[in-house]
Amino acid sequence: MRRRLIPTLAVAALAALGASAHAEILLGVGAPITGPNAAFGAQILRGAQQAADDINAAGGVNGEQLKIVVGDDVSDPKQGISVANKFVADGVQFVVGHYNSGVSIPVSEVLAENGVLEITPASTNPRYTERGLWNTFRMCGRDDQQGIVAGAYLTKNFKDAKIAIVHDKTPYGQGVADETKKALNGAGVHEVMYEGINPGDVDFSVLIAKMKDAGISVVYYGGLHTEAGLILRQLIDQGLKATVMSDDGTVSTEISSIAGDAIDGFTFTFPPDPRNRPAAKEVVETFRKAGFEPEAYTLYAYASVQVIAEAAKAAKSLDPATVAKEIKSHGVFHTVLGERTFNEKGDTTNPDYVVYRWKKGADGKYNYSQL
Amino acid sequence: MEYFAQQVFNGLTLGAIYALIALGYTMVYGIIGMINFAHGDIFMLGAFVALIVFLILVTLFYSVPAALALLVMVVVAMLLTSLWSWLIERIAYRPLRGSFRLAPLITAIGVSITLSNFVQVVQGPRNKPIPPMISQTYEVLGVVIALKQIVIICVTAVLLSIFWYLVNRTPLGRAQRACEQDPKMAAMLGIDVNRTISLTFIMGAALAAVAGTLFIMYYGVISFSSGFIPGVKAFTAAVLGGIGSIQGAVLGGLTIGLIEALWSAYFSVDYKDVAAFSILVVVLIFLPSGLLGKSEVEKV
Repeated sequence: MRRRLIPTLAVAALAALGASAHAEILLGVGAPITGPNAAFGAQILRGAQQAADDINAAGGVNGEQLKIVVGDDVSDPKQGISVANKFVADGVQFVVGHYNSGVSIPVSEVLAENGVLEITPASTNPRYTERGLWNTFRMCGRDDQQGIVAGAYLTKNFKDAKIAIVHDKTPYGQGVADETKKALNGAGVHEVMYEGINPGDVDFSVLIAKMKDAGISVVYYGGLHTEAGLILRQLIDQGLKATVMSDDGTVSTEISSIAGDAIDGFTFTFPPDPRNRPAAKEVVETFRKAGFEPEAYTLYAYASVQVIAEAAKAAKSLDPATVAKEIKSHGVFHTVLGERTFNEKGDTTNPDYVVYRWKKGADGKYNYSQL
Repeated sequence: MEYFAQQVFNGLTLGAIYALIALGYTMVYGIIGMINFAHGDIFMLGAFVALIVFLILVTLFYSVPAALALLVMVVVAMLLTSLWSWLIERIAYRPLRGSFRLAPLITAIGVSITLSNFVQVVQGPRNKPIPPMISQTYEVLGVVIALKQIVIICVTAVLLSIFWYLVNRTPLGRAQRACEQDPKMAAMLGIDVNRTISLTFIMGAALAAVAGTLFIMYYGVISFSSGFIPGVKAFTAAVLGGIGSIQGAVLGGLTIGLIEALWSAYFSVDYKDVAAFSILVVVLIFLPSGLLGKSEVEKV
């Protein structure tokens, strides 16, 4: 009798485990939690976590609770692939991530093969949604949309200036730089210089001396905030007064501590500050109460989770393929970013970029505001 | 012409930092025939110490004259980094001295990983910036020279003279050269070989700490991974100049700095590392022991 009891108990325990696992939807968050872009990774994780908490508090999705599983990609494609494999092994069905386009693109192929839906809050390289994969969605805009806005701004204000285009040779940085170049050239403005740098480089004195010799007065940089900050700083050291414009990869207050006073006048493209949208008011306050400023991609990550939850509810299904179809055909989603709809490719149809500039405020501190 | 002069000057500044780090590689190789792969991370550690000292100074005194701050940073960084390097030699390298040649090499790679991960854990993975300390620039005959570039070149020149004197004209230097030629014979003649080797590690680390301080003053950011690329470049400089030769390390450092600068100036910035390493390959084909290296005599 005793002998029989043990296997019975074991079976009962297994059944209980299975049941509790079934009542949870595993939501993977893939982002650079460590490494040079950890600041953005923290935004994505906080955003997704808060969204999951809020949705769970309101009863979850189709009666099940969302549970966040974190994967750290360190902004490295190889690391991203192993994170993706880990997600698949863990039984994750929906992924919010990644940050870098160079990571999101290879990762989406692994996820597509394994039936996992991916929605990126931050990767803007067009190729992410251009490969005909069923599972790729994007909450933010695309480089070509960003390039058009940057190109138009430069054409309008610096038509006759000598322009240099610099990028960091990554799919993201070079992608934005090339789209901006295309927009400029299309408007009849031609750059004088086009150069690539290595991400991780710290010495740009030679590049800047080269710009000075060519009489450059406007620099467009496609890349991330560390290198952008160093370029700004070294421009001053080399005595070159140039207007620097960059992309949404530089949106971090960290750039001002790297660049110091050189941040003054730095211009970049980014969607209108989502923190100011009426739909985001309540959520922003929750974040601030917890001592976290929901900068940059925080609310994009929040909205990504909302879209997955809303589509799953509407489709009355938790199957990623069904949810993917629902997102494309659902029509309007009501998110913290306002109303959003998705097209057949998985891009949002209402992306909007505007131009921001860093300026010294009344309190003596530098901050950025929309032009 | 001004453009050329400007780029040469930029290249020299970069080369000076490489040269300071390269000296550590070359001195250690000269004396125990080992490539200390952890040296790039020793440099990063030096930069972090300098950063922390700077932050403490600013918190305590609010505003400190830049020259004084730099002096304190350099001195503390040299002391603490030397201590680290001494400890590493004592714990990780000395017990393996009699072992086969590859053992200390692998240990050095292990130490390198340990150091960078240690800094990542205790200091966090993000870039640490410091505000610009010296921002004056001068214009001489159309060439813009930042005061910090002058500081870097002068500090390097002074330090190299001091080290040249130490190695060539003092009893310590004589002991070092003796250990380099034949450690057993040196020991028999009353030289404390272990102490001499420790001192070599300490000297290399002190120079790397100076390079680290100059690096953070010049570029303004440091992260746990910042030691890798300068470390590799400085190692290349040491090989190019002839590993084991002090003058060679300096020449190699300056050459690598100049090649990078001039290649980027007249060709594409994208390929500057390719250019530097291609020249290394060409030099090693025709001068296998580097520019100033002496060919190694097989010891029997």
